[in-house]
Amino acid sequence: MASTTAASGRRSFREFTRTRKFQRTMIIIAFSIIPLFLLFLFTYLPFGEMVGFSFYKMKYVGRRTYVGLKNYQSIFSRKDIFGALVLSLYYMVGALFQIVLALYLATILSMKVRLGKLFKAVIFFPFLVNGIAMGFIFKFFYTHGFVLDTILSWVGFHIDSLPYWLRDQRINNWALVGTSVWRYVGQNMILFIGAIMSVDPSLYEAAEIDGANGFQQFKYIILPGIQTIVTLNIILSITGSLSAFEPSYVITSGANGTGTYFVIMDRIAHTDQKVGLASAMAVFLLCLIFLATVIQKLIFRFAFRNAQAEDESFQAKKARKRAIRAARAEIKAGKEAQKRMLADGRKEDA
Amino acid sequence: MARSQQSVHKVKHHYSAGYIVWVIVKYFSLIFVSFWMVVPLISCVITGFKTDAEYQSTNVMTPPGNWLNFQNFADAFHKANMGLAFRNSAIILLFVLAGSIIIGTQLAYVLNRFKFPGNTLIRNLFTFAALLPGIAMQVATYEIMNNLGFINHLYGYIILSMGTDVISIYIYIQYFENISVALDESAILDGASYATIFYKILLPLLKPAIVTCIILKGAGTYNEYYNANLYLQNKQTLCTVATSLYTFTGPMGNRYNLICAGVIISIIPALIVFIIFQNSIYNGIAAGAVKG
Repeated sequence: MASTTAASGRRSFREFTRTRKFQRTMIIIAFSIIPLFLLFLFTYLPFGEMVGFSFYKMKYVGRRTYVGLKNYQSIFSRKDIFGALVLSLYYMVGALFQIVLALYLATILSMKVRLGKLFKAVIFFPFLVNGIAMGFIFKFFYTHGFVLDTILSWVGFHIDSLPYWLRDQRINNWALVGTSVWRYVGQNMILFIGAIMSVDPSLYEAAEIDGANGFQQFKYIILPGIQTIVTLNIILSITGSLSAFEPSYVITSGANGTGTYFVIMDRIAHTDQKVGLASAMAVFLLCLIFLATVIQKLIFRFAFRNAQAEDESFQAKKARKRAIRAARAEIKAGKEAQKRMLADGRKEDA
Repeated sequence: MARSQQSVHKVKHHYSAGYIVWVIVKYFSLIFVSFWMVVPLISCVITGFKTDAEYQSTNVMTPPGNWLNFQNFADAFHKANMGLAFRNSAIILLFVLAGSIIIGTQLAYVLNRFKFPGNTLIRNLFTFAALLPGIAMQVATYEIMNNLGFINHLYGYIILSMGTDVISIYIYIQYFENISVALDESAILDGASYATIFYKILLPLLKPAIVTCIILKGAGTYNEYYNANLYLQNKQTLCTVATSLYTFTGPMGNRYNLICAGVIISIIPALIVFIIFQNSIYNGIAAGAVKG
């Protein structure tokens, strides 16, 4: 294109604009420029700034003094900060439980179930409750002698023997984790159902003809088909538990040892106005999250590769055996049905 | 009827003991989970209808004497200035959803259909962004919003919310993977431009995914309270439904019959939209775009 003569240069440019290659480039630029700009503006730019802030002693307004790594040292020396980090373990357990539960429910609900739609709707709906409302709902729910205690008294617990769910430090973090599962399990489930449904249905038919049972279908068809979205959700839930914020913020405001890392950070950034320290906290947590993700990805890749290599031949054998058995049963059933039809016919004749 | 059903099942060789146990386990788990999902909300509905005297004298799970006592709802609506809040939330939702759908589907189209240098890089940038929790960045985001003059303006909050939504981009990409490239190719042979292919052929096929993302992103936006609280500070004129509930903290903090009414009001729009959209979400996902 570049080597055309000057005389036909203009025309050839117009021709060039009609070529696929040019159109392709244009569409790629046109369709990705805005999202990339927003991504830069609200994610990577603040990220960069924050890293800068973390080396300063500063408020939102006023003078900034360079303090080096001092902010990072305080993360470890201040008990309230480091202790809050331990709380994320509770949320991690909750998050894993939530994903397993969501996968289980999604698998059930993508099979034939009576009232399946209603169940799906009911389990999903808490996701649509806004955070502030959720805060009020669960303050009410957990108050001593209120909703939860009443229900537990129906199944035989005595109200006086029940703990103060939000005040008792042995239990209050689990109570908060429960609210997080309550809210997000349905969302996970719907994402999983969506992914399961987008697996080619002819695979299920083939599997059924081959006599695969529900669990086998799950393991060999559903799970590989939705690996991407499950992996993404596991990554997001680890991130989520390290950065757990909402239950603690809206229900207890971080009181009685329920203040998660971000609730403490929020307090330091806004109430105490220690922007530098808050930034350092954020950067430190982001490093942790990044580390967790890398480790997780490595483990995942390793585990999946191993399982696949080992199982393939075994699975093939098993599937063949099952298919043969299923075929025999079908033939038998067919014969029986034929006999029955014949018998019925004779009866009617008689 | 019963007999014919039975014989059908015999032919399908399904009625083993394990199968029956599975059915029981299946329904038990569904009912058990659903129960805990519903209870916190039901208790709120019950309490929302109670008068002050009733609320103080009866157990929280005792139904109210009068199911038509809407006084709390009227009071809550008035006190929290929810009329304005609904208007603001509607404006925000409209623009954020329209913007993020256009941005998200376009990006997913480009990432899925074209191989170009930087494709993987863009994917990684978005995946990495998903790792960065928004609240962590807020310390610095606040300064940027301030410099742009975006604070205390609906448009500023809208642009911020439109930003990066990795989950929907993933959902779109997954859908594109299941839409055959043969569709694009035949359209190209017919002389269609890429934009035509995207808008006329692929976007309609993407409808189920878009509906799913509308629900997810819509819920997220309608319910968002942290940024709304931070960037729409003028609560008199810029409250959203979620932040209007803040009115009930403080002196009204223990009048749960009033609070529950406010909570229910804030949830009802979500419930209505959910009931309407529910069918298209499930049908859309079930039908899948692959068959088209």
